[in-house]
Order: sequence, then structure tokens, then C-alpha cells
Amino acid sequence: MIDPYQSHKRRQTIYGWLLLSPALIMLTAFAFYPTIATVWTSLFSRGTRKRPSEFVGLENYRSLFEDPTFWLVVENNLWYAGVTIPASIIIALVMALWANGKIPARSFVRSAYFTPTVLPMIAAGNLWLFFYTPGFGVLDQIGGLFGLPSVNWLGQPDTALWAVCAVTVWKEAGFFMIFYLAALQTIPPDLKEAADIEGASRWTYTWRVVLPLLMPTTLFVLVNAMINSVKLIDHLFILTKGGPSDASMLLLYYIWENAFAFFDAPIAAATTILVLIVLSLVAAVQFRFIDRRTHYR
Amino acid sequence: MTQSAPMTQSAAAPQSIAMTLSGRIEALLALILAVVWTSPLLFAIWAAFHASTDAVNFNLTSPWILTNFATAWAGAPWLLYFFNSFLLVTSVLIGQFILTTLAGFAFAQIEFRGKDIVFLLVLMQLFILPEVLIVENYAVAARLGLLDSILGIGAPYMASAFGIFLMRQAFKSVPKELDEAARIEGCSLLGVLWRVYVPAARPTYLAYALVSVATHWNNFLWPLIVTNSDETRPLTVGLSIFGAPENGVDISIISAATLMVIAPLLIMFVLFQRQFVQAFLRAGIK
Amino acid sequence: MLRNITAGLMLGASALLVNPAQAETELTMYYPIAVGGPLTQVVDGIVADFMAENPDVKVNAIYAGNYDDTRIKALAALNSGEPAQLSVMFSIDAYDLIEQDLIMPFDDVVKTDEDRAWLDSFYPALMANGKIEGKTWGVPFQRSTIVAYYNKDMFRDAGLDPEKAPTNWEELVAMGQKLTRDDTYGLMIPSTGYPYWMFQALAIQNGKELMANDGLTTYFNDPAVVDTLAFWKSLSSEHGIMPEGTVEWGTLRQAFLEGKTAMMWHSTGNLTAVKDNAAFDFGVAMLPGNVRLGSPTGGGNFYLFKDSTPEEQEAALKLIKFMTSPEQAAKWSIRTGYMGVTPAAYETDDLQAYTAEFPPALVARDQLQHAVAEFSTFETARVREGLNNAIQAALTGTKSPAEALDEAQASAERLLKAYQ
Repeated sequence: MIDPYQSHKRRQTIYGWLLLSPALIMLTAFAFYPTIATVWTSLFSRGTRKRPSEFVGLENYRSLFEDPTFWLVVENNLWYAGVTIPASIIIALVMALWANGKIPARSFVRSAYFTPTVLPMIAAGNLWLFFYTPGFGVLDQIGGLFGLPSVNWLGQPDTALWAVCAVTVWKEAGFFMIFYLAALQTIPPDLKEAADIEGASRWTYTWRVVLPLLMPTTLFVLVNAMINSVKLIDHLFILTKGGPSDASMLLLYYIWENAFAFFDAPIAAATTILVLIVLSLVAAVQFRFIDRRTHYR
Repeated sequence: MTQSAPMTQSAAAPQSIAMTLSGRIEALLALILAVVWTSPLLFAIWAAFHASTDAVNFNLTSPWILTNFATAWAGAPWLLYFFNSFLLVTSVLIGQFILTTLAGFAFAQIEFRGKDIVFLLVLMQLFILPEVLIVENYAVAARLGLLDSILGIGAPYMASAFGIFLMRQAFKSVPKELDEAARIEGCSLLGVLWRVYVPAARPTYLAYALVSVATHWNNFLWPLIVTNSDETRPLTVGLSIFGAPENGVDISIISAATLMVIAPLLIMFVLFQRQFVQAFLRAGIK
Repeated sequence: MLRNITAGLMLGASALLVNPAQAETELTMYYPIAVGGPLTQVVDGIVADFMAENPDVKVNAIYAGNYDDTRIKALAALNSGEPAQLSVMFSIDAYDLIEQDLIMPFDDVVKTDEDRAWLDSFYPALMANGKIEGKTWGVPFQRSTIVAYYNKDMFRDAGLDPEKAPTNWEELVAMGQKLTRDDTYGLMIPSTGYPYWMFQALAIQNGKELMANDGLTTYFNDPAVVDTLAFWKSLSSEHGIMPEGTVEWGTLRQAFLEGKTAMMWHSTGNLTAVKDNAAFDFGVAMLPGNVRLGSPTGGGNFYLFKDSTPEEQEAALKLIKFMTSPEQAAKWSIRTGYMGVTPAAYETDDLQAYTAEFPPALVARDQLQHAVAEFSTFETARVREGLNNAIQAALTGTKSPAEALDEAQASAERLLKAYQ
């Protein structure tokens, strides 16, 4: 006789794997296998007509590390992350607090904040290009009203990256606001009443009660913002193409350029691997947090 | 105005800030921020309906015209691009629904050996972004004969770890009694999934659909790489080559083209903004 | 419901994709557009005319964006096994296309004396970029030189003779200073998009070429070249006639049309768009010289891809001959401002009548006698990128011209070592 419990377990295992298999096949084809293939590609030299491709070990990584452009791109991306992550989170939080409060024209305000989220980055790039254009761009014209000199936002190394960051924050903040709004709705109203009875100011209430309760949301948003600081580069294609002089070049654009404009897949692959290593470190930290959070619940 | 706002009737009473002076200042700031946030769009609307010289000089009395739209419309096969984008988001959505439902269900309700490790692998994909893997994904797509096809644009996104995670959470919160009742009535495993879990997770599906449609309607880098021809280019890629800065950008025509591209999602958003926001909130993505 | 709609649409899509009339030979051609105006329709129109004359050939002309996009798309298509028999690509892509073993020389396809006569009928300056290792790899199509556009109204306002554009660097600076006002500039030379192209013009004028004709040697840190970059920089930093920082290629035409600058240097391919949109009286002139006059040629050539059947090659040659024929070249030139690629094009009635009425259309051609081949080497995209970055770094003041060009030269030498 077969143990009915054992047979049930075996059946469950078969069902489980059957249900998972379509997703696993796709994940293998477009995530796991390409990751391994990227490692492999990064270990070969790029072939030319006279010198065919050959195994070179870590040579591509060495040449990346020796390339000042690579380090400039890394630095740019760190700035990009360092600016857009906190800025979009803080603005999103402020937006959520306002959009959750009793203010006039609230639904307009809320839609206004959220609208950039539904626009493609490419379209956003087009919209902003005319803001930044020196001479007749909107920013210059507004500056002109106050007697400010014309600024070549996209054409100067000091401002190009900032201009790119601003578009990203504009695009992201409204999206993150939604998550904060959702979290604010779950805060029981009696907490506010209790705070009022205690005579706590709105500031104290926000700071001491609301913000701590929003921590899990902040964590979620933070991870998203981090991923976006690698992923959101579409507007570079319109605004700066990484210029001037690589001042606004970001990692993913750099990968794209090497792979598809210069046809240097090995260097692009090596860069990809380095980005993936950083991303998995972020992932590891995040999973620890997720573990702890689910534990609390 | 405030009364009709979507979320007033929710559990949390909005904090009343309108009374005090600081509250008024805040309300003013909130409005200013809202205007700032919409200004790029407002400017595009302004520019699209004026001759470019009038647009950049803010000639407020200049006539409103439609010729920019006509010029932009004639400049590229937009209808085909629209159709491609539509086909793309639809096929991605269908693929995602099927794959994430099955996988999410397996992770949520079935006990089997190796589950935890596989789940961890799937979670890893949250960070191994398809965007970053463009070099080898391109090679895979080429080998599978998917280059320059709508399926090729969508395929890498179909087994979405985010979606699997979301469905797992949704299915986990379905009361066990419903599941058992259905089983007693003789439903098969897939029957239970279809009759009990899928309906129960409807808000999650809706929210996920919105996120997915918005994401893929707007996706650019991968479609740019995979597509080679008008027959497969989605709107974003079409817009980018139509408005490539090398073309000697005409501000008004680009604005008109940009508005045409964003119009469907924007109109959908304006019409369904309540549902849009509610869907996010109800799905409990937080 | 949704599924039914989708299924219906998918059916519709496949119906669209199925080619209705079966032609004997099918050609796929990628082409770029890098200047303003609805030029895709012009190309599509020429192609349609060709197919009307040659019903046995079907041509899929695919617009793929700018020159870089087009190279990327065409090569990606070839790599993935999709057919493409010919393309219009950057005239300067030739070295890389040869290196990647993708194109074949026209000498292998040209059979008859008539064909050979056709190959000899182009302006020699326009053939320079396509002639490598003794063979012809590229045939001119959308070709340009850089010309100076100037706003005659602003010249009059500044008390200058509106018929006299600057002919040398001193005049350029002196007139530029007269033309510069509080909110408008005397001159804008674009420094995004194709900065090396503008720089090459300046360097030639200063008497030094940027590269030798072997695709392997660059002269970025030659004293005359460094001097050239310093001059470009001085236009804004010292003379104040050009904005600080970089000047955007894409929005420059608009800036000129808005009267934000009295002069701009731009591709002659913009001529028709400027003519159609200028609300003021404008002139077109050759670029000024210093040691000599000069401009690089620019633009796109036809290339034949290797991986095609003899029938396809023959059909492709027929198409290229059609598109470069005097009548079509004249039509193309009138619609865009690009040059008629053969002297015969300028003898056609159409172009004769047009240039009589609009003489600026002849400037680019007249400048050809001073023109040199556009900058091109092996690994050209990267070498060029290094030069572009050096130019931008110097113009924006992050590096000195000498420092920036030394770096660009070093990186070019490193990149080209593999091809020596």
C-alpha cells in the first residue's frame, strides 16, 4: 500500500513544478541563461578582421578599471542615484501628505502630481528639451523675466546631469506618492484624535506617528527608486546622449552604446556583470529587511 | 470640489489643515507644486497648437492652429505604431497573467520540495533587470527568431518576478474556507484556482494590469534594440526616431507628435483616474 | 471578449504583413534622415517611382532614424539574418563596414561600360570617403557640405552689408561682434550631434587635416589643430559672439529662425527647411577661411551588402542608379538642400530653373572645390566619440584644448593599434 500522505505530497510536488514551469522556462531564457552568457561573453576579446575573438580572462574588466570614462560613468550614476532617490522620495512623501489633506482642488492636485507617471520617458524627454533649450527655452524665458542670464542647461558639464536628474524626479515622485497615499489611508483616525487630545502639534504628529508608520512603504519605495536609478535612462536619448563630454553618461546608456553603437559586446558584458553584482548586493540587503518585516507580521 | 474627491470616504479622516494660516500656506504650496508638475505638459499643449515662432515667443494673441498635428501625423505611420503598441501591451498582459497566476498560485498554496529555493531565484529576477541584460537577451531573441517581432519585445517581461510576488501575496490572503468549500464540491486544482482564487484577486489583477500597461506602453530601450521596421516599432520608438534631435527639431511639431503619443494613456487616466488610484490602493501594493 | 478582439487584431496584423503582390526581386533598404523636414516622404516617393518603372522589383525602404541609428539597425538586421541588400549609411562608416566584412565594392557589380561611366559621373570630392584600398565601396546620395547661413536683416541692423558674409576668421569675429546683442548672438556653430564635423571644417581652414587617408592615423594634437580648438573656444570665452557651453545641433535651426543668432553653420541639407520657414531675408555663404577655405563633405552614401544574390545585386544597382540619376538627384536636391551628386544634375531643367530663382542652392556645390573627405577611420564611432568629447570638454571649459586633444589622440592611437 502506498502511504496516502506520501502520495499526496508527491502529487503536490508535481503540481507545484508543473504550475511553475512556464514561468521558469521564460525566466531561464530571459534572465538566468543570459546572466551566465553575459559572464561568458565578458571573458572573451572582441574579434576584428585581423584578430579573431579569443579567451582573455579578466582582461576586459582590467581595461574597464583602467578606463577613466568608466569611472566617470560610475561616478555620474552614483550622483544620479544619490540625487534622484532621496529627492523623489521626499517629494513623494510631501505630495502624499498634501494630497491626503483637506486642500482646495484636491483631485486636480493629485492628478497633477501623478500625471508624469503615465508618460513615456521619451515623451518626457521631448517635453523637457524645450524647457532646457538656451535662448528660447521656457526656463530661460522665465529666468529672463527676473533678469537672469541664459543658462545652457544641457550643454554644460556642471548642469547636464542635474537637468537629467530633474526629469527623473519629476517622473518618479508621483508614482511613489501613490504608495504613500495608500499607506496613509491605513493609519487609523483614532491615532490622530489621540494626538489631538494630547495637544500634539501637527508637525509632532507627522514626525512621531505618521513617518514611523510609513517606514515599510519607504523601504519599498526606496528599492524601487534604487532600481530606477539604474533603469531610467530613456530620456538621455533625447536630452544629452550622455554628453557633453560624458558628463551625463549613465551606466545603462554606456552599456547600450558599447554593445549596439560600438559593437563591443565584451566590454558591454563586463559592465553588465559589474552592475549586476551591485544590484545583487542591494537585493541581499533588501531580502534581509523583507525577512524581518514578514517576521513582524 | 473636495467632497467629490475620490478618497474622502475612506477610513482615515483627512487631516484638517485648511483652517490655520500655515495650513493655507501649505495648500498654496501644494497648488504651486501641482502647476509646476503639469507645466511641461501644459507647455507642450500650448506649443502643439501654435506656430513654432508664436509658441516659443509666447504670443498670447496668436491663433490656435491644428496644422502641427497634420504635419506630425503625415510624418510617420502613427496608426501602425499605435497598433503595435496596443498589440504589445495586450500580448505582454496576457502572457503575464497566465504565467504569474500559475506561478503565484504554486508559491502561495502548494507545498512542495525546492519551493523556497525557487522562490528566492524568482525574487533575484526583481534585481536582474531585463533592461540590464540587453546584450545577451538580444542574442537569445536572435536565436529564437524573435528579433523584429512584437513577441520579441514582450517575451523577456512575461515571467515578471514582481507579478509572481504580487499574485502570491494576493492568493495567500484568500480565506482557506473558500478553497476547502470548492474542493469539497469536487473542483480540481485548476478549477479551484479559476473559480476561487482568480476572482478573489481581481483588484490585484486590475492594479497589476494598470502598472503593466503603463510600463510597456512607455517602454523604450529594449523595443528600440529589438525592432528594425515600421511593422513592429511601438509608439515610443517611433516617437524617438521621428523627433531625433538631429532632425532639427521643430518644437511645435514634436510637441504635437508627443501629445498624440501620450493621448491614449492620458485620456484613459483622466477618465479612470479614480479607478486608477483606487486600484493601486486596493491591491495593497505597499 | 478581450481575447476575441486581440485575435481579430492579430489576424489583421498578419494580413498587413503579408505582401500582396509577389514581385520577382525584393530589396530591403535602410536609410537615415539627419536634417529637418518631412524627407521620408520624398525618399518614399522616389522609391515608388522606381517601382512603377520596374514592376519586377519590390523595395522596402525603411527609415531608421539618424545615421547612427541606421547603422545600428541595418547591422542588427544583418546579424540576425534578416535580409538587407543595400542601405544609405554615413559616408564615413565605410572603414567599419569593410572591417566587419559586410559590404562589397561596387567594382564587383558594375559590368557594362555604361555602368562604369555612371560610377565616374560623380563629383570626385563626394567619392573620396567611399574609395578605400583602390575600390569604390560607397556611392554618394544625400551629400552635403557645411555652409554659413546668415540673417540679412540682422546684418542690416548692425550696419553691415547684407550681401557680404565673412570670408575669413578676422571678419568672422569682427562682424560677429557687431552682430552680437544682449539677447542674441553673432554666431552659433553646433557642438552636439556632430561636433567633429564642424571642428574638421575649422581645422581645414586652419590648414591641417585631422586624419591621414589610411584610416589609421589621426593628428588631433598637432599644434595647428590645438590652435583651431582654442579659436573655437575663444569665440565664446574671448570674443563673446557665441554662447558659452555647447550649442545644440537639433535646436540650432530653430534658434536661427527665431533670430537668436545672426549666423549659423549647418549642413546644406537644412537649406530647404530654412527657406520654407524663415520669416526674414537670409543668405547662404561658403564658410570663411583662415589659411585656406574649406569644409568637409558629409552625409550618406549607398552601400551594397555582401550577403545577397546576383539578381538582388543587379536590382540594387538599378535602384541606386535610378536614385542618383540626374533627374532624381535634382528633385532630391530641390526638396532638401542636399547637393546634386553629379554635374549632370545641375544641368537638368529643374535644377537650372531652381538655382536661377534661388542661388543659395549652388553654394554647397561651389564649395566642393575646397572640400575634403569627412573624418573617418577604422573603429570610427569610438575614435570620433573621443574627439567629440575632447571638443565638448574644451568648449565647456572642463579641459584646456591641448589637454583634451592629447587625450583624444592617445585614445585614438590605442583604438587604432589593433588595425595597424
